[in-house]
Amino acid sequence: MSDHSEAVEHIGGTALTFAKVWIALLLMTGIEVFLAYEQVPTMIMLTALLGLSIIKAALIIAYFMHLKIEKLSLFLTLFPMLIFCIILMLIFLGDATRIPNMRPPV
Amino acid sequence: MSTQASAATAAASVWEGGQSPYATNSKKFGMWLFIISDSLTFSAMLFAYTYSRVTNPDWPKPFDFSPAVIFSTIMTFCLLSSSLTMVMAVHAMNHGNRKATVRWILATMAGGAAFVVLHLTEWMKLINVEGVTPFKNPWNVPLFGGTFFALTGLHMTHVVCGLIYLAIIAQAVARGKFKAEDVEVSGLYWHFVDLVWMFIFPLVYLMSARV
Repeated sequence: MSDHSEAVEHIGGTALTFAKVWIALLLMTGIEVFLAYEQVPTMIMLTALLGLSIIKAALIIAYFMHLKIEKLSLFLTLFPMLIFCIILMLIFLGDATRIPNMRPPV
Repeated sequence: MSTQASAATAAASVWEGGQSPYATNSKKFGMWLFIISDSLTFSAMLFAYTYSRVTNPDWPKPFDFSPAVIFSTIMTFCLLSSSLTMVMAVHAMNHGNRKATVRWILATMAGGAAFVVLHLTEWMKLINVEGVTPFKNPWNVPLFGGTFFALTGLHMTHVVCGLIYLAIIAQAVARGKFKAEDVEVSGLYWHFVDLVWMFIFPLVYLMSARV
């Protein structure tokens, strides 16, 4: 019975682990807001914000959604396909940068 | 004997199928599939927003740092905190503590409700004060309103659906129904809603902040 309780205790982490993840997420949000306040150049800002967002998403998926303790096969079935599809969408972004230059002068 | 041995080997291999190749229950796996497909929907909408923004050099920056960005930061805090309370609800349910589970779920719902109220306030300000609608705005970039309201509106719809879902789970747990896995599955949905906001907040609000 005690073995069972101990196993339950550590499903996905302890309350302290979750609190630490929450604080890390808040800190990263704070950094994002600071960058917006400082009005850093657009490309640096975009890169930093996307990087921080991906780290935040990874923390939420790993700890809050417990993917960290799921089987690797579940992760491999779901996520490579998702990431691949998102990258495929980004292929069209090149067009977006060309369109403003293709407009006829008014 | 050798047939038995090969059968045992086949069952032990993850990719050979068997009863539970992912070692997870069907409800949780179903929710994961929904989350992945919904991620693609939100990715497409975020991409549409970004595409529209890049193609329009006159894209507006309608969000003043104070109060709009501060407001949306508080909304982010509400959602992040509600994720913490949700994971605590799952934790409590795994320990068999139903009363604590209901309390944590109610706290999660409070965070979600605060998010919706703040978001609607933000929308009302944009519509009534700034004159932004899905079809027109003072900056003559109609795509801004269209993409902004579609993206944030779809997200807010998810939050409202999450609140209804959590209310159903909470009352069932309080009546002694449902198991820990049901709370965990509802938690997966709620964390996903939080996760999507982690991309909307910086890309839509912070990138369009006006100091």
